[in-house]
Parts: sequence; C-alpha cells; structure tokens
Amino acid sequence: MIEFKINGRAVSVDADPQTPLLWAIRDEIGLTGTKFGCGIGMCGACTVHVGGRATRSCITLLEDVAGTEITTIEGLDAEANHPVQEAWRNLRVPQCGYCQSGQIMQAAALLQDIPNPSDDDIDAVMTGNLCRCMTYPRIRKAVREAATAMSGAKDNG
Amino acid sequence: MLKRILLGILSVAVIAAVAFAVYTYKPTIDPVNPDQLSEFDPAVVEKGRILAGAGYCATCHTAADGAPYAGNYAMETGFGTIYSTNLTPDVETGIGTYSQAAFRRAMHEGVDREGHHLFPAFPYDHFTKMSDEDVDAIYAYIMSEVAPVSSEQKENELPFPLNLRVLQSGWKLLFADLGRYEADDAHSKEWNRGAYLAEGVAHCGACHTPRNALGAEKSDAQYAGAAIDGWIAPALTSTNPSLVPWSAAEFKSYLESGAAIYHGVAAGPMGEVVHAGVRELPEDDISAMSIYLADKVGAAEDDPAQSEAVLASLRNNRPDAAYRHDLGERLYATACASCHYNAEQIAQGRPDLGINSATNLEDPTNLIHVMLDGVSAPEGIPGVVMPGFRHALNDDELTAIAAYLRDKRAGKPAWPDLSKAVSDIRSQRASVH
Repeated sequence: MIEFKINGRAVSVDADPQTPLLWAIRDEIGLTGTKFGCGIGMCGACTVHVGGRATRSCITLLEDVAGTEITTIEGLDAEANHPVQEAWRNLRVPQCGYCQSGQIMQAAALLQDIPNPSDDDIDAVMTGNLCRCMTYPRIRKAVREAATAMSGAKDNG
Repeated sequence: MLKRILLGILSVAVIAAVAFAVYTYKPTIDPVNPDQLSEFDPAVVEKGRILAGAGYCATCHTAADGAPYAGNYAMETGFGTIYSTNLTPDVETGIGTYSQAAFRRAMHEGVDREGHHLFPAFPYDHFTKMSDEDVDAIYAYIMSEVAPVSSEQKENELPFPLNLRVLQSGWKLLFADLGRYEADDAHSKEWNRGAYLAEGVAHCGACHTPRNALGAEKSDAQYAGAAIDGWIAPALTSTNPSLVPWSAAEFKSYLESGAAIYHGVAAGPMGEVVHAGVRELPEDDISAMSIYLADKVGAAEDDPAQSEAVLASLRNNRPDAAYRHDLGERLYATACASCHYNAEQIAQGRPDLGINSATNLEDPTNLIHVMLDGVSAPEGIPGVVMPGFRHALNDDELTAIAAYLRDKRAGKPAWPDLSKAVSDIRSQRASVH
C-alpha cells in the first residue's frame, strides 16, 4: 500500500510500486482529467503537481511519491476557477482539448515561480507541453492574462 | 486694331466650338427588333463567346448578386461610382434594340445607340482596335446566347460636371486614339496577333497602365503598373518586380491555367481575367499574347530553374534547422525545462544545471544516475519528485542531454566515453530490479 494525498484527500493505493503515477491517478483513484499522451515524459499531457512542482506523471513511479501531496486538474481550484482556468475559458484556448489539463497545470506551476513571466520565460517552460492543435499563441496569451489577474489579486489583497 | 484682334479670337473660338459640336454630335441609330434579327452563324456565335470571355465582359457587366451581363456592377473610378450597363438583349433596359452598327459604334467609338458618349470606364479605347468581324461576333453571341434580363441601370454617382456626357467627348478628343489595330511590320505575325488581342479585346493596359489625373492611360507609360480595385497590377515592362523575368512560356502557362511556376497564381482581379475569359482563347492566340507580353517585359531566355534568384529563394525557404541541430538541447527543452527553469535568480530546489556538481564533475556518473532514476520523495526536497527517464529515453538520448549540459551549460570539455558510461550505469541499476 502506498499512501499519499491527492487534492487534499488522503489515499492509499494497492498497486505495483513500479506503476506509473498516471495509471494510479486515472485507474485506481478514478480522476481522469489527467491525460496519457506519449508515455515517455515528452509531451506534458500527464502533468500534475507533486509537492507543488509540475511533474510528468506518466514516468513518475508510484513508489516515488509515497508521502507526497499531489494536485491534479480536478484539485487545482475547488470551483475550477483558478486564474489560469479562467483565462483559458476567456480566450477559448483549447481546440481539441486533450493536452489542456497538462498545459494548465504547467502554467499554474510556472506562475507560482515566475509571477510575471516574459514570453521567453513562457516559451522556455511551456515548450515541453505539446499541443497538436498548435494553440500555442493562445496558450501564451492566456498565461500572460492569468499572470495579470494574479498580480492584480495580490495588489488588491 | 484691338477690335480686329478680339474679333479674330472670337471667330476662332466660334469655329472651335462649332467643330467640337460637330465632333461631339452623334446621331441616334435606329432601333431594331431583336426578334426580327436573322439567325447568326453558330461558328460566329461561338467565336463571339470566346472573345466575350477574352474581354471578360461579364466580369464588369454583372453585379455581385445579379444575372450574367445584366449590369449594375459598381466600379469605383476615383471620380465616383459608375454602374455598368445591362448588356443583355432586353429591349427596354438592355441592348436589345442595338443593331450590329450600333454595337460596333459603341465598341469602336464609345457612343451608345442614342448617340450619348459613354464613360471611359468602358474601355472602348481598347476595343476600338478590334476588327469589325470580331466585334460582330461578340454582338452575335450576346444577341443569341445571353438571356434577356430586365434590369434598370442605377444612377451613376459622379459629381458635377464629370457627370456631363457631353464632356466625355472632350476626353475622347484629348486621350482616345480611335481606330483599328495597325500591324507593326518590325515584329512577327504572331507578335502582332498578340498585340491585337492584348491591346484590344483583352485590354491589359486598362489595369496595367497607369492613368493620368483625368483617368486616361498614360501613353508614355504603357504597362508600367498601376493600382486597381484595391490591388496592384504589376508592371509588364522591364520594371516588373518578379525576381525571375517573365518569359513567353511563363505568360502562356499563366494565361492558360492561372498559374506559372515562377510567378505564382492569378489572384484578385486578375483571377477573373484568366478564369472568366482569357483562357478561353485558342492556344495559338494565347501563345501570340505571350510572345507579345514577353517582348514588352523584356524577357530573358535563360533557364529560370538555374537562376540565382530561384536558388536563393529555395535556400531561404528551408526552415532554419538550428533548433534541431542539437538533439540534447531539444530533449532538454521538452523533458527537463518544465521543471528546471529559473527567471532572474535561482530558486531553492530548482537546480540550475550549469553550476551544480553533477555537470561539473570530471565524471558524469551522478548526472547519469539522476537522469535514469530521478529523485524520489524522501531524497532531495521532501515531497518533491523528479521522475527518472530510464524507461522513457534511450542511451543515445540521455547521452545527448548530458553532453548538452556539459558543453553548453557547464562550459566544460566533453566527458570521454559518455555514451558507454550511460549504458554501463543503466545496466548496473537494472540488475538490481
């Protein structure tokens, strides 16, 4: 049994310790917002937060996350209104949508660390999140919009 | 003495006015009843169809949502909007009452059946070069093949005094060179056939020749290029901007198919010129026009495929492959940079890989271990995980990333036998599992 927290909830998973975290999240815990893309950590569709860090769950072994706190797209905001999610909706970023939960998780982590990223910062960090629909210009715009919204919220608070 | 001079001036003015009036006055030509026209020779009608196409008559004589040839196409002339006339053989609103003679006069002199001077938006200054036979063929086609449509011409939106048709006579006197095409003996028969078509029915110059302040084509700047309908009709002279000179072969391909290898496609207003008409012409005629136009543009005979302009353009069209040159850098961007990023300063727990010991040691062992198997939660920062790439990347790919970090980030000499070290360390750990 491997125990950790996911979206604030304590879970214990009875599975092969070598199971990729992604399958534990989708098949054992039943949260399917996180997607399988390439399976080799190259596309970013499976990105979740482990200890607040954007982490590719398809190549992260279950045994390695024992005791950690994991956040998936379902837990990013209780009402699905994280500023990144709002920006995503406002700008109608997704096309087919498959990569978008990974994109949003990566962007949310980026903005934690770099609250006011330049386009170069965005490109450097988001390059590992592939979008086959090529929505990159909208992704970049949405990251900037979310950054503005988040810094505004901070100034007001 | 003064009186005599004034009288002299006055009499000259009177004579000029009378002469102008005589020049301007055009009689009405008797109407005909289209039902009583004799049958046209089908061969002539077919020829007329082709020539009406080559002159793309329907393009300007058809409104956006209107019936073919029923007119009211709005032409923005720069002086005001002019609506084209109804060319269908409708008796009331079209040209149904035009005799062959009246149609010829309209085409050759720019005068309608009732004797009114037509605005030069109608390029009679080109059609005047057409032979009687060709004009008659278009007449035969329109009268027998075009369906009559009742459609009143909208009022032209021209400011006074430009709306006065009588003044069109003065324009004609000043700018229009009326008369049939005259062969130029300095050129071949084909060239002359091409010139006849291009300067006549196809009226190339109407768009490709710049116009003066009064809207007349500048005779000393034939085919020098001009703005038309929000587009640019490029020069058909040696100043043509294409990097590869137009040749007769290119013109022929362009006029036949709407595309030429070295000159792209006929778009905008030129799209209709080709597809609504010029391509209808027999191959010999298109060849003749191409020979004429190639001469005007001063075409070179060299093979464009080997021209420096073509080769340079091909080279520049290849995507910059710089981003693909270094496999390691590319893999780093996708596999590593999603976590190993920093902005202005290095953040706690976000190792900037150029400065840490793993990339600066004389031995790559530590770096390879981390890349292969990651950093689990109890290691490093508690609760943070770096996934291993053991099952994701092969030895060559891991070697490339390590070599990139060593060279570009740490700035150190390459590790010898890096590839072997990767494969050795992979197999050590694999045996544990």
